[in-house]
Amino acid sequence: MNRELKRVSVVVLLMFVALFVSTTTIQVFQADNLRVDDRNRRTLFASYSTERGHILLDGQPIAQSVPVDDRYRFQRTYAEGELYSAVTGYFTLDQGSTGIEDALNAELSGTANSQFLDGINRLFTGQDPKGASVELTIDPAAQRAAFDALGDRSGAVVAIEPSTGKILAMVSKPAFDPNALAVHDTDQVLATYDALIEDPGDPLVNRAITGNLNPPGSVFKLVVSAAALESGEYTAESTFPNPATFPLPGTDSVITNSGEGACGAAESVTLAEALRLSCNIPFAELGLALGDDALRDMAEDFGFGESIAVPMPSARSVFPADPDDPATARSAFGQDDVRATPLQIAMVSAGIANDGTVMRPTLVERILAPDLREIDALEPSVFSEPISADTADTLTRLMVDNVGSGVASNARIGGVSVAGKTGTAENGSGEPYSLWFTGFAPAEDPSVAVAVVVEDGGGLGQSGRGNTLAAPIAKQVIEAVLNR
Amino acid sequence: MPQPTDTVARADGERRVHVPRKLRNLELVLVLFASLLNGAALYLVQLGALGAFDSSFFLPATGLAVLVLGMHVALRVSAPDADPFILPIATLLNGLGIAGIYRIDLSYDLSGWESVAVRQIAWSGLAIAVAIAVVVLLRNHRVLQRYRYIAMFAGLALLLLPMLPIIGREINGARVWIGIGGFSFQPGEIAKIALAVFFAGYLVTARDSLSMVGAKFLGLRFPRVRDFGPILVIWAAAMAVLVFQRDLGTSLLYFGLFLVMIYVATARISWVLLGLLLFVGGAFAAAQLGYVGGRLNAWLTPFDNEIYNAQGGSYQLVSGLFGLANGGLIGTGLGQGMPSLTPLANSDFIIASLGEELGLAGVFAILSLYLLLVSRGLRIGFAGQDDFGRLLGVGLSFVIALQVFVVIGGVTRVIPLTGLTTPFMAAGGSSLLANWIIAAILLRLSDTVRNQPRLVVQQ
Repeated sequence: MNRELKRVSVVVLLMFVALFVSTTTIQVFQADNLRVDDRNRRTLFASYSTERGHILLDGQPIAQSVPVDDRYRFQRTYAEGELYSAVTGYFTLDQGSTGIEDALNAELSGTANSQFLDGINRLFTGQDPKGASVELTIDPAAQRAAFDALGDRSGAVVAIEPSTGKILAMVSKPAFDPNALAVHDTDQVLATYDALIEDPGDPLVNRAITGNLNPPGSVFKLVVSAAALESGEYTAESTFPNPATFPLPGTDSVITNSGEGACGAAESVTLAEALRLSCNIPFAELGLALGDDALRDMAEDFGFGESIAVPMPSARSVFPADPDDPATARSAFGQDDVRATPLQIAMVSAGIANDGTVMRPTLVERILAPDLREIDALEPSVFSEPISADTADTLTRLMVDNVGSGVASNARIGGVSVAGKTGTAENGSGEPYSLWFTGFAPAEDPSVAVAVVVEDGGGLGQSGRGNTLAAPIAKQVIEAVLNR
Repeated sequence: MPQPTDTVARADGERRVHVPRKLRNLELVLVLFASLLNGAALYLVQLGALGAFDSSFFLPATGLAVLVLGMHVALRVSAPDADPFILPIATLLNGLGIAGIYRIDLSYDLSGWESVAVRQIAWSGLAIAVAIAVVVLLRNHRVLQRYRYIAMFAGLALLLLPMLPIIGREINGARVWIGIGGFSFQPGEIAKIALAVFFAGYLVTARDSLSMVGAKFLGLRFPRVRDFGPILVIWAAAMAVLVFQRDLGTSLLYFGLFLVMIYVATARISWVLLGLLLFVGGAFAAAQLGYVGGRLNAWLTPFDNEIYNAQGGSYQLVSGLFGLANGGLIGTGLGQGMPSLTPLANSDFIIASLGEELGLAGVFAILSLYLLLVSRGLRIGFAGQDDFGRLLGVGLSFVIALQVFVVIGGVTRVIPLTGLTTPFMAAGGSSLLANWIIAAILLRLSDTVRNQPRLVVQQ
């Protein structure tokens, strides 16, 4: 009987060895993978119960974690939730997070590599873990001006400091209140989230950098003009035939200018005049002459086709891959399959404003450890150099004329020379227009470049124009920056 | 088998007083230490989860410690040679279980009779009282051998009781409960003791015919059909539990118990092979019914999104794994993890709860306690004098080992997850009662073992 007993004992021992091995495997070797699993709510709860860092503007928190008496220990609150919703995004218990809250989660929750030693230090000194704070580049006055000027219209505003790439304003309308998603009652969060998702205005979509991209319309003529000037074959005074209608090659359809006539009274029209009056036909002719490759190269030099991390990733702006001639002609005035984010259009203006150099756009000024020590600070860097300083000068002159005596008259500011370009983009027959304005000021020493898009025709269907609706918004944002 | 004579026993009187006292003193020290650890665990849970000390919970907990000391005194009087480790280990496991359950209560804000931990303490009190009664009243375990057939009928009846209408209840998909009024009980837990008694008694008498007779096939001697009867009865009962009560764990437990006991009694590996074949065949057939198949998928690919999100899928298992991972090597500290995120965190998944807050270190400690407890039981099998006692000791210890393996192995993906309670720790009165009775019987058996070999040596 003892032989059998020994064997049974060995079996028992093996059963326990299996348990020792399995628990070790899970708690040591697989632990890291299990911790980062998307479905692991413990990791999320843990990130909630560490004191998450602030999101700061000029030292004032727009998002902070305040101590509360529940299992999560801290409640995330947003001082002016709707105003900054496109920037901060939201931070929920179990519906994910967006915006800066998501893009800089590692820093805010204190798990970034740069905070590793800090975390070890806190572990041994028995202090509670804390996240780093993030100081943003947003100018509160510009943000407020953009938010108020857009009003109830669906659309977005992006303002950039051309010399550094700092994003001074980022607004998307309709906005949402991130406080409503930060509550600790998960059922309530889910109900709020579902309601926001089902809202036809899509408030959770950040139209400034993502969303259903709009055709840029005439603001894209800046890119086409840049391509023309950079080619060396054209100057601002180069002339184009000036018919009242232009048959699209190989089709029965024709292109017209927005005024339904020729571009001015003369037989031919200069590039400068075509841009000032924003005529389509000369640009169609120019686009066909340059070819789609030249247009695409210039667009991509400005950032088209690239997802830009600001630090949350933007959608890629689009220039069609392989357009035929009619499509190239229509692309040359920002229609057909051309699509752009307001961020991208602001980068075009900023590049022209900054002597042809596009600075990498960003929202992050610096990152501060819990003891306010600076962990990381913005070092402005060059994104691209799509055009020469001469080309930039020429384009600036044309854009100043555009505002001063052209179709972008509503962006005029007394005593300041504003450079600008409007766009009124078609979204298909019967659909409301997308209304654009982009520009910068002061023209001689630009401190802000801005892009505005008003979607759904600003509520006016096909009767609104970029100059009537988008330009005044840009004007108020520019004024807010210049009055600092 | 040599039997001690009265004269020798009397001649040995002097030493019998001396050695046991040492054992009991060791037990007393260990029991006090275990109670201290239990108190510290409760205190840490309060500090971790409440951030404050709440004395109200310590009163019933102290009552329990006093009751354990009562059992120690009962052992001094009626089983002075009993194993000194069994009572402290049972006390510590029981106490850690209460701390783990209390911790879950705190996350749900339960108090008073709503509190599962308070009810667990009450059940523990009752279970320890019954264990004391068993130690005091069961002076000679051989009495049990006489009642083996009664034990069989009682065991089978208890096992099949939940299948009756009206009193049978289905909780969490398994029909292993009976309910009378607001009071529910898992009779299967008690059945395992009755069945172990029956197996031991039956095998001691039938072992010769079972092991000697039968045709040889492929080098193995297979039993005669008429000796095959009881194994078929037990197999049928196990299958009934599996199919009608939908409880793979319990069915595995009984069958495993039977196979090990028959193997130890007859030394015939063919029994084990036949038994395993029958069980796997039955389980495979039952898998066609659906619920076993789902368990199998959840075991093999728990991280598959479809299985994770399925009703009765791997959500609970994966949540337990997340908890264990959260604990890591040293744990979050008692009261500072989030074990209540896992369903059934205070019963089937209590090891995941404690593993989260005590870490791998704590899990190893708990597993070692179980291993030590089981090895003390197996010692009875090695050192015992009468075969009934040896078989019973082996059976009861193995049932603890198997239950630990099935439930913790299920939680940690060694085997498919089945609903079984973690002995002494999981919330639930029937399981506590059964395990304390097992502890009492093992104590009684060890007492007999310890005073007999010495007598034999002196003969």
